Amino acid sequence: MAYGDSAIPTTWWRNWVAFQTILIKEVHRFARIWVQTILPSAITTGLYLLIFGNLIGDRIGVMDGFTYMDYIVPGIIMLSIITNSYGNVVSSFYGTKFQRHIEELLIAPVPNWLILAGYVCGGVARGLTVGVLVTIVAAVFTDLELAHPLLVVLIAILTATVFAIGGFINAIYAKSFDDISIVPTFVLTPLTYLGGVFYSISLLAPFWQGASLLNPILYMVNAFRYGFLGVSDIPVAVAFALIVVFIVGLGGWALHLLNRGTGIKS
Amino acid sequence: MNALSIRNLEKRYPNGVYALRGIDLDVAEGEFFALLGPNGAGKSTAIGIIASLVNKTAGQVSVFGHDLDTDLAGAKASIGLVPQEFNFNQFETVIQIVLNQAGYYGIPRSRARERAERYLKQLGLWEKRDVVSRELSGGMKRRLMIARALIHEPRLLILDEPTAGVDIEIRRSMWRFLEDINRRGISIILTTHYLEEAESLCSTVAVINHGRIVEYGTVSELLHKLNYETFVLNVRGSVTGLEPVEGYSMTARLDGALEVEVPKDTGINRLFEALSEQGVEVLSMRNKTNRLEEFFMRLVEDQRRDAA
Repeated sequence: MAYGDSAIPTTWWRNWVAFQTILIKEVHRFARIWVQTILPSAITTGLYLLIFGNLIGDRIGVMDGFTYMDYIVPGIIMLSIITNSYGNVVSSFYGTKFQRHIEELLIAPVPNWLILAGYVCGGVARGLTVGVLVTIVAAVFTDLELAHPLLVVLIAILTATVFAIGGFINAIYAKSFDDISIVPTFVLTPLTYLGGVFYSISLLAPFWQGASLLNPILYMVNAFRYGFLGVSDIPVAVAFALIVVFIVGLGGWALHLLNRGTGIKS
Repeated sequence: MNALSIRNLEKRYPNGVYALRGIDLDVAEGEFFALLGPNGAGKSTAIGIIASLVNKTAGQVSVFGHDLDTDLAGAKASIGLVPQEFNFNQFETVIQIVLNQAGYYGIPRSRARERAERYLKQLGLWEKRDVVSRELSGGMKRRLMIARALIHEPRLLILDEPTAGVDIEIRRSMWRFLEDINRRGISIILTTHYLEEAESLCSTVAVINHGRIVEYGTVSELLHKLNYETFVLNVRGSVTGLEPVEGYSMTARLDGALEVEVPKDTGINRLFEALSEQGVEVLSMRNKTNRLEEFFMRLVEDQRRDAA
C-alpha cells in the first residue's frame, strides 16, 4: 500500500458522504438512547391527553367548534416536535464540544454549512420521529382527521428546522451543561405553553392577545392546528412566512458563528 | 515540494498574549520531523493552526502546496492529526469512530471498512473494534487516534505527543509503526517530551520557545552544537573529596557515582588517568541523558537566562 495516492473524491460526492455520516451518526445517537430521547414524549403526551383532554376536557366543552381533546392534539404534537428537535441538537452538539470530538469534523474538509445541515437534519429527524409517535398515541384517544395533510408535514418539518437551528446556536454559546438547560427551561417551555397549545388566544383579554402575537411559537402551533382542524387564530400565510424568516435568520446566524469559530476554536 | 511551509505565522490571543511570534518552518516531503519545546512554547498552537483547530492572527501555511487561506479543503485532505488529548466520542465503538472519520473525508463506507480493518489490525486494535472507546486502555486510545488519523491516507501525519503515558513496550511498537509508514512515503511531524524518541526517529528538528523557532536543523547538526556532554561514572572507591581535574567539571552524586561534564572535542583518557591516580577505578560509564535531551535542556536554560 502506498500512502498519499488515494483518489480525492469530488467535492459534491465528499460533501454528500460527509452529510450522510453526520446524519446517520445523529440518528444512531438518539435511537441508541431511545428511553431518554423518544419514550418520555410519548408518556407525557399520553398523560396530557388523559388528564387535560379526557378528564378535564369534557368539562371545558367545545373550543372553536371542536372538542377540547381534538383542539389540543395538534398543539401537543407540535410541543413535542419543538422540544425534541431543539433538545437533540443542543445536547448532541454541546456533547461534541465537551468531549472535543468536534475536532474530528473541524480537521476534515467538511464545510461549515454542512456541519450545520447535518446536525439540524438530525434534530429534525428526532422531532419528526417523536411527532409521529405522539400522533399515534393521540390516535388512541381521539379520531384524528387531517384537513390539510401536506401543510401538517410542511409546518412540522419547518418548525423542527427552526428549533434545531436554535438548539445549535445555544450549543455553540454554551460553556457548561447548565447553559444548555437554561433556554429550554426558562424560554422555550413558557413560550410553548403560552403559545396557544391549550387554548385559543380569542379567550384572552385584548392586551394579552396582542402580547401573544409577539410569541413566534403561537404562529407555528396555529399553522399546525390549521393543517389538522382547518381553524387558526393566525393567518397561515403569515405563520408560514414567519417560520421561513426564522429559518433564514437563525441559519445565517449559526453559520456566521461557525465561520468565526465562536465557542469551538481559539 | 515541501510537505509543510509556514511563513511568518503569528497567533495573538484577544488578551494580547502571543503564542506564536512569526515563525517560519519548512518540512520536506517524506521527512520525519520533530517539533520540540518546553510546555507553553507554542507547539500545540502551531499544530492547531496547521490542522485548522486554531485561528491564526497572521502568516501563511501551506500543506503540499495547498494554502490554508485559498485551498482549505485541499490542505485538510492532506493532513492527519493525532492530538495530545483524547478527542473521540467516548460512547462510540472503535470501528464507529474510525468509519465516521472516513465519512467526513468523503470515503465510501465499503472502502472505509477495508481501510479500518487494515489499520486496526496493524495497530493491534482489530479485536477491540466493537468495544466502546471509553473502555480502552490509555495505550489503545492513543493507537485508536493514530488509526483514525490514517483512515483517509493523508500525506502528512502530525502527532502531538503520541506516546505520552504509554508503557515502553507499546511505545516502541508505535515507533516501529511510525517508522514503517514514514518509509512508505508519509511525511511525519512529531512533538514529544521524550527526546530519546525524537533522536531515534527524526531526521530534522526544530525547537520552539516563547513562540519563536530558536533552533532548526538535522539532528546531527544540532548535536554538533552541543558544547558539553555529561557522563555518569560508576566507580569503585570514594568520590568525595576528590582533587579537581583540570578541564573537567566533576560532581559527586548521592548514589556514589561521579557526574562529569566533558567539553566538546576533549578526550576522556586524561580523566581516567587522573581518577586512577586518586585511587578511583571506573567500572562503567553512560550518558546522563540522551544527547538531544542535553542539547535541549542547555538551550532552554540559555534562553531562560537571556530572558532574565
